Amino acid sequence: MSLLEIRDLKVCYGGIVALNGISFDVNESEIVTLIGANGAGKSTTLRSIMGLVPLTSGTIFYDGVKINGMETRKIVEMGLVLVPEGRRVFPNLTTLENLKIGGYLQDSKNEQKALEHVYELFPRLQERHWQLAGTLSGGDQQMLAVGRALMANPKVIMMDEPSLGLAPLVVKDIFSIIRKINEEGVTVLLIEQNANVALKTAHQGYVMETGNITNHGPGRELLENVDIRSAYLGKSK
Amino acid sequence: MSMTTILQHCLTGISLGGAYALIAIGYTLVYGILRLINFAHGDIFMMAGYFMIFALASFPWPVAIIITLVVTTVMGIGIERFAYKPLRNAPRMSIMISAIGVSYLLQNLSTYLFTAIPRGYPELPYLKKIYQIGELSASFVTILTPILTIVLVFVLMILVNKTKTGMAMRATSKDFETAKLMGININRVVSVTFAIGSLLAGIGSILYFTDRMSVTPFSGTLPGLKCFVAAVFGGIGNIPGAVVGGFFIGIVETLLVALGYSTFSDAFTFLLLIIMLLVKPTGLFGEKNVEKV
Repeated sequence: MSLLEIRDLKVCYGGIVALNGISFDVNESEIVTLIGANGAGKSTTLRSIMGLVPLTSGTIFYDGVKINGMETRKIVEMGLVLVPEGRRVFPNLTTLENLKIGGYLQDSKNEQKALEHVYELFPRLQERHWQLAGTLSGGDQQMLAVGRALMANPKVIMMDEPSLGLAPLVVKDIFSIIRKINEEGVTVLLIEQNANVALKTAHQGYVMETGNITNHGPGRELLENVDIRSAYLGKSK
Repeated sequence: MSMTTILQHCLTGISLGGAYALIAIGYTLVYGILRLINFAHGDIFMMAGYFMIFALASFPWPVAIIITLVVTTVMGIGIERFAYKPLRNAPRMSIMISAIGVSYLLQNLSTYLFTAIPRGYPELPYLKKIYQIGELSASFVTILTPILTIVLVFVLMILVNKTKTGMAMRATSKDFETAKLMGININRVVSVTFAIGSLLAGIGSILYFTDRMSVTPFSGTLPGLKCFVAAVFGGIGNIPGAVVGGFFIGIVETLLVALGYSTFSDAFTFLLLIIMLLVKPTGLFGEKNVEKV
């Protein structure tokens, strides 16, 4: 059984169908990526898993438990977290406070342990722990957003376009961190427009188009797929 | 006017300003979290006046004060639960209109229950005792109000800036959805905010009415509006701003009365609001929204 099972997930905004009954699995300790163009429904998928968007129909199982309809904080408590699109750090809080609020549901002992771990992964966050998060650079804010999510000691971390608007070198850093987190046993569900890097990193990939999953397979295989190459990677056939 | 008279009026003004500051904090806190101007806040303050009258009729004053504050706090939380929470995802205008509705509901409900005839506010001999400082004379409540205000603001600032709950409040005030993703219970944060605001309004009410002799169902309207102006003047959403605004309006208003312009003293407050909105709409200490993308 997979750690995260999505079955016939359907979401409508008003009369518009955003997700048209998609199903996919995320196995434990894998990196899984959803790729697709703008408006394909990638963000909606993650947001509905977190309970931020009401489902029209379908079921979401996490660790064998049905989680649709649950409150977001209960889902976070179970170890499923989301790094939202556009980083969304709290600009009026310091770096350290942002991290602490990521560990809001942890007791102080676990919080301290998680904080040391995050500082180990992102030494820059420790250097800048006193700085208001709104004044950090885009790359540092993304690191902070990932660090903040790790503070919850998650089993599954979902990331919505972590490479958005970042310099290529920073993107490389982010992805090496993602691999590192994964090697430590955290399952990763990743959304990317940067399909090339995402598919190289991921064990499994799913291709989304206008609310449907149109293709899936191991990351490397999708990378070789001619149609995907032309549609998402900008390479000729 | 002699120096003593001026100082005497300043003291009165500072005292009035302290009570205004306590009420203004309620506006600013709720606005900070929900982006809602809680028009019922002045009426919560008025209701606290009635609670005190009735509590003091049957209990000794320390118990009566505690009862008043507890009931006022619970009422504040209750109003949010029934009138604002169901509209959490509605357009902001809907909640604001709901707040206006609650305001009229409280005014008319208390007119129905307590009649519109002014009720004498009980005198606490303790608070009304006159002290002489040099040539100035002041009742204990006049001296107590600004001191208590400063102490409460200090405690509130520690709560907001140093505790986990305060951190959750600051996070929620910036971004509801991301706060949820952190596992923060938004409803609890909002309840805490209303509890603090109402508690301070309750304290402000006791200090304010002790100097005012009587309460009517409409006693909360004008002070409520003035404190709203104080919050806007200081920069709505900013706690020290609301305190500065409260003191400023209290002092200027008292001095205007002292100078013989008492008919103009209320108009001044609203003139201040108009000028502030024209010249510096974010208020004295309000933050501009600069967002980095």
